Amino acid sequence: MTDVPLIRISGIRKAFGAQAVLDGVSLDVRSGEAVALLGGNGAGKTTLLKIVATIMRPTAGAATVAGHDCARAAETVRRLVGFAGHGAWVYDELTARENLRFWSTLDGGASPDETLTAALAAVDLERAAGARVRTFSAGMKRRLSLARLTLRPARVLLLDEPFSGLDQRARKWLEGYLEAFKLRGGALLMVTHSLGRELGVADRIAVLAGGRISLDTPRAGLADDDVQRLYAAHVEDPV
Amino acid sequence: MSFARRAFVVAWKDVLVERRSKETLNALAFFALLLLFVFQFALGPDRERLTGVLPGVLWLGFILSGLLALGRTFLVERDHDCWEGLLLAPGDKSAIYVGKLMGNLALMALVDTLVLGLFVVFFDIDVGHAFPGLVLVVALGTVGLAAVGTLFAAMTAHVRAREVLFPVLLLPVQVPVLLAAVKATEALLLGEPLAGVAHWIQLLAAADVIYVAVGVLTFDAILEG
Repeated sequence: MTDVPLIRISGIRKAFGAQAVLDGVSLDVRSGEAVALLGGNGAGKTTLLKIVATIMRPTAGAATVAGHDCARAAETVRRLVGFAGHGAWVYDELTARENLRFWSTLDGGASPDETLTAALAAVDLERAAGARVRTFSAGMKRRLSLARLTLRPARVLLLDEPFSGLDQRARKWLEGYLEAFKLRGGALLMVTHSLGRELGVADRIAVLAGGRISLDTPRAGLADDDVQRLYAAHVEDPV
Repeated sequence: MSFARRAFVVAWKDVLVERRSKETLNALAFFALLLLFVFQFALGPDRERLTGVLPGVLWLGFILSGLLALGRTFLVERDHDCWEGLLLAPGDKSAIYVGKLMGNLALMALVDTLVLGLFVVFFDIDVGHAFPGLVLVVALGTVGLAAVGTLFAAMTAHVRAREVLFPVLLLPVQVPVLLAAVKATEALLLGEPLAGVAHWIQLLAAADVIYVAVGVLTFDAILEG
């Protein structure tokens, strides 16, 4: 981990009409670091992730990725970011391999067949490579979505509930992949509702409540019970 | 090169999805058949009366089928949030517009062929002498329809009243294309040579160039919302 913040969120405010979902959120994620963003339903976690991913624009404040403003230099930011949201970005009538080929070509560099095969093998979908995605379970679609991420040389990963719907084998692969990503100097901002094993990959835990970061603490040294206690104090029973 | 490859992959994806699902194509084929049945019964066998209204009937068939087909262009992108993926793909977004337009033109070409074929059968008309000119007019009219339709389909993809808004936006902008296409079709069916409708063809071509240019230039802003 270095002191260089790859993601810098400064005073972000996002309002939908009169209702402010985010109201002055500030958060840094450094190179080689993973931050788990926790919070209740409607706390604005996904909104914050989408602002950094350049899908949404903030009402006020700024977010930068590697020094590039997410609103003003969106194209540059998009080349640095890998994003996996709630949707799997898959076309049901295409096969798993065709889906990967489509997204890798659209990203500007069609990956060779061997690379696509390796990406599918990584998420245990090699044997389903030629099957249409409409025959896939939700977990398989999720795995395909993660395989897509591996094709892009991102410096920043923005993941919304990345472990959701994954079986144990896929979870283990994803943990390994994210650890390796951190070792390569990448920054990870991950939204989650789970307070269990998937927090293991996080170096810091941030809790979003009342439109602000109400807690930002290192993960090291916190037992599962501590995390649950902190979460309850900030989300379920905020003072 | 990258632009062309990205446009092509979007068109390839759309054509492949439609070829496998046949969702739009099946509905359109049935719709075209139904439409011409209705026209046939409504207009009756009076040849003199038919001659005057046939070009309008033909283009009504094209445009109603087009409204159905083009309005669905971006629905496939809403499933599984693929729209986000298109937005986040680095590079010139107009390649996506061109790809979508190419996919729509492929679909519309099939629909136009079907409508034209059914039109000939239902109304028992001889288009042999006018066929090359008719193909040119239909092709140019379809490009104009698809260029604006693709753009407005993107604009209305996330609007709740999409089905109402899409034709309300599209039809007024299509007036020059429809006017030129119907007039040229009428003249060709009455036996005029292609040179006799050159001014209508020029108007169609000019409208196509403007519509495609507007689509290419504005699609990025529309996708960004």
